Amino acid sequence: MKYLILKHYRGGPGHPGMDYTPMDQWKPAEVDAHMQFISDFASRLQDTGEFVDSQALSTAGAFVRFDGEGRPPVTDGPFAETKDLIAGWMIVDVESWDRAVELAGELSASPGAGGEPIGEWLEVRPFLTGVPGNTE
Amino acid sequence: MTPGFDTADLRELVPAVIAVLGRRGADFASAEDAVQEALIRALETWPGDPPRDPKGWLVAAAWRKFLDATRSETARRGREVVVDAEPPAEPGAAADDTLRLYFLCAHPTLPSSAAAALTLRAVGGLTTRQIAAAYLVPEATMAQRISRAKKRITGLPLDRPGDLATVLRVLYLVFNEGYGGDGPDHTDLAAEAVRVTRQLVALTDEPEVAGLLALMLLHHARRDSRTGPGGALVPLAEQDRSRWDTTLIAEGVAVLQAALARDRLGEYQAQAAIAALHADAPSADETDWVQIVGWYDELLAITDSPVVRLNRAVAVGEADGAGAGLAALAAVDADVPRYAAVAAHLHERAGDRERAAALYAEAAGAAASVPERDHLTREAARVRQLLRDDAS
Repeated sequence: MKYLILKHYRGGPGHPGMDYTPMDQWKPAEVDAHMQFISDFASRLQDTGEFVDSQALSTAGAFVRFDGEGRPPVTDGPFAETKDLIAGWMIVDVESWDRAVELAGELSASPGAGGEPIGEWLEVRPFLTGVPGNTE
Repeated sequence: MTPGFDTADLRELVPAVIAVLGRRGADFASAEDAVQEALIRALETWPGDPPRDPKGWLVAAAWRKFLDATRSETARRGREVVVDAEPPAEPGAAADDTLRLYFLCAHPTLPSSAAAALTLRAVGGLTTRQIAAAYLVPEATMAQRISRAKKRITGLPLDRPGDLATVLRVLYLVFNEGYGGDGPDHTDLAAEAVRVTRQLVALTDEPEVAGLLALMLLHHARRDSRTGPGGALVPLAEQDRSRWDTTLIAEGVAVLQAALARDRLGEYQAQAAIAALHADAPSADETDWVQIVGWYDELLAITDSPVVRLNRAVAVGEADGAGAGLAALAAVDADVPRYAAVAAHLHERAGDRERAAALYAEAAGAAASVPERDHLTREAARVRQLLRDDAS
């Protein structure tokens, strides 16, 4: 079963204003440790055959919507605040929901400033890729 | 793969076989499809049972596929008459046909992504599946992109000289796509671009084609040293130069020198000259930045490109000091990609660490790739650490 592990810039249930020290203000060794953790995590999932895809998103971009026939789409952006934005995702193909949760928990423990686990909220969402049932 | 079967040899036959079908009267789109099908069949069967005459095998298989595809009996009879009338290839005609394929696949009316894909398939002899994997798109999407591109160029006259500048731009795009680095399972686009450009050098007498090949070889030579553990980006000054491929460098320099001797300078030769000066320096400190600035001046005179202007500011900073570099940067549009990264570097060298740290962080936010973003984040953290050390 495939699951999307979604990383937001910050926030989560009950923690709308959860703040992290921006990474450029960490010590260089802490930055290295964080990046090594993420890289090791992905290669470990490749070894176990559970890794599907991982992508990071730029903070640039805009909201866009239709604004009537013959008119150009309305855009709202660039974003004033990055806190509600998706930062990136990892897609895993695993045996169970429990395994997806376990993996997201491990990923959330990536080390941050002071080498402490960040403990950020990650959103875990199952893909709708099951076999369609009889709807008659 | 069995020993003795080299897929590169097979791929090199593809443009010639398309040309044979063309001489027999097949239109480009159908000929190219038929050869692609024959190629896939060859990749399946040759490893176990290699033919004695590879090109003859491919021509026969592709022609059969072509006839199957044209279906109608009358069409078939008509085609067979054409076969009988097939003119014997004149000396040099095969080379001309292959060259025309380059121009057709990279036709200026095509979007560059489609031109790149079509070039890789018809000239490079890659399968749709390999091209799709290299560009990380589904195979069906890539097949559709190629088929739409072929429809777009159907009926275009092929008897006039094409646009060489577009061909070179497409090849350079393919190379850079691969240069960014990809997994070992993927088709190596950089190596494919080098191979196809090498073929083109053999077909033309144009120094800029040689210039592009030299540029690719000189960049390719440094590829292994560009990334550290975990895919981290290693900037030129910090690369382990003992890992540079001296054979590729020697070839690149020789190709470049022969091109420059023709005395028709162009942007690829000038870029290759800059790459050659970097390759020639035993250490980063021994880089001949004064000569590099001279080549950037030439390049700027040819292209007037804002990206060149930005890179020139870096070279000026190294040749004449950070102050001169910042003065050169003042003439560059701040919207140019990597502007903040260059500004950060020059301000740090000028001793303004506060500003450098802020600019590195800004540059990380504007980075176009994860390795670049991570590298710039590390730079920001490094400079902030220096600031903390100063304060304590």
